Amino acid sequence: MSATRGRPGGDSTPLWPAGHLPHKGGDQPVAWLSPITNIEERAVRERLLISPLVGEMAGRPEGGDVGQDVTTQDDRRRRRAFAAASSVPDPEIPCVTVADLGILRSVEIVDGVAVARVTPTYSGCPAVLAIELAVEASLLDAGFDARIERVMSPAWTTDWITAEGREKLREYGIAPPSKASSSIRSLFGQAQVDCPRCGSAETERLSEFGSTACKALYRCTACREPFDYFKCI
Amino acid sequence: MDAALAVDRQTQVAFLLRLADDHLILGHRLSEWCGHAPMLEEDLAMPNIALDLIGQARALYHYAGEVEGRGRSEDDLAFLRQEREYLNCLMVERPNGDFAHTMLRQFWFAAFMHAFWESASTSTDETLAGIAAKAVKETAYHIRHCGEWVIRLGDGTEESARRLKAAAQVLSPYLDELFDGDEVTAAISAAGIAPDPAALRPAFERTVSRVFSEAFLDMPVPAWPQIGGRSGRHTEAMGFLLTELQYMQRTYPGAVW
Repeated sequence: MSATRGRPGGDSTPLWPAGHLPHKGGDQPVAWLSPITNIEERAVRERLLISPLVGEMAGRPEGGDVGQDVTTQDDRRRRRAFAAASSVPDPEIPCVTVADLGILRSVEIVDGVAVARVTPTYSGCPAVLAIELAVEASLLDAGFDARIERVMSPAWTTDWITAEGREKLREYGIAPPSKASSSIRSLFGQAQVDCPRCGSAETERLSEFGSTACKALYRCTACREPFDYFKCI
Repeated sequence: MDAALAVDRQTQVAFLLRLADDHLILGHRLSEWCGHAPMLEEDLAMPNIALDLIGQARALYHYAGEVEGRGRSEDDLAFLRQEREYLNCLMVERPNGDFAHTMLRQFWFAAFMHAFWESASTSTDETLAGIAAKAVKETAYHIRHCGEWVIRLGDGTEESARRLKAAAQVLSPYLDELFDGDEVTAAISAAGIAPDPAALRPAFERTVSRVFSEAFLDMPVPAWPQIGGRSGRHTEAMGFLLTELQYMQRTYPGAVW
């Protein structure tokens, strides 16, 4: 957790004066619950209380505060375990987490053990084991006994990459996969790959197979920059 | 439905090992190109395809070990069997030959496997269905990549067309084994676990003829089929391949890292 993040009621000054809407990227402190709720656990909410997007918007329609849940001790432990497991970055594309990629399927507490269910991405992805070990280590660090279960079915698809994950990929310089990989036809239809740097649709495929199993190599003919495309499966 | 109940365990393990061995051995052959490909893109592409195949093999070995229930890991199954215990088809163990031979073999194998995985993704065996659902998409990339090469070589220079044609001639006797059936395939398809391989022929031929017509290539005249791999009878190339594949485990038994 970054040291600059203020915690309401905590030991540092809030990042913005009351009454002003926070700007993009500036409202993480809200990820912490009110100082009078669950303070002993300092539980992180899985969703921000308000949307991280810039601008004036109503909370509820934007997926904001959905009200306080009545949580049990087990629930809080599960959430804490989920938060620990989901913060693990992908070893080959560290800008996204295993939760962003949809690799982390669930975290449950079973007989006091945190069981994380993880699904492999591409069959040939050499990072599968590294990801499992990293998730386990993160759970151990957070004070859980941990077990990893590998889930083969249903098969992972790039459709499971979250909207946030896709945006992070784009910012990182990797064109996110085109949506809807449910049919083979859509895998090879005229999928448009936009340049992640200049946004141009004028791009060409250089090589079907790129630097990792999950990527193809493209070039933007507008800005002339080569870039990786996260292949749709 | 529990697939383990529909066929006996031995049959299911044999089926899974055949499939896994096809992928491991072909993945190994393809990896031999690493560092030797005619251009950098191909040097990335072929090991990438090899990774897909070996990844699919790993999932299948892991599952075969589970079904078998004798505590054999995916590594045990991949590295610690004798030649006669490997059940891959003969085509995949053939030495790579030239680039045209490698590409055509990969294209034919992918064209077959795509039809296979597509059907297996609705398998009564949930684990196999999961493996298939992913593999079918990966295999589609292999078809596209190798198919483009078949067209490029067939419609390229006189020399490239000659080599591709020679490859088709040499490889064609090994095709029939892919579609060959026996009591294992019969039991497996009757249980709805995987398709009857013979039923995949029309889909295979559709894929191939589309590419071959663009490559100005005719399907070779059917030759006397070479079979035997499914029951562990291999060509002389297999021993050399396994010597290399199993070198580490034979030299340092039980080595892990």
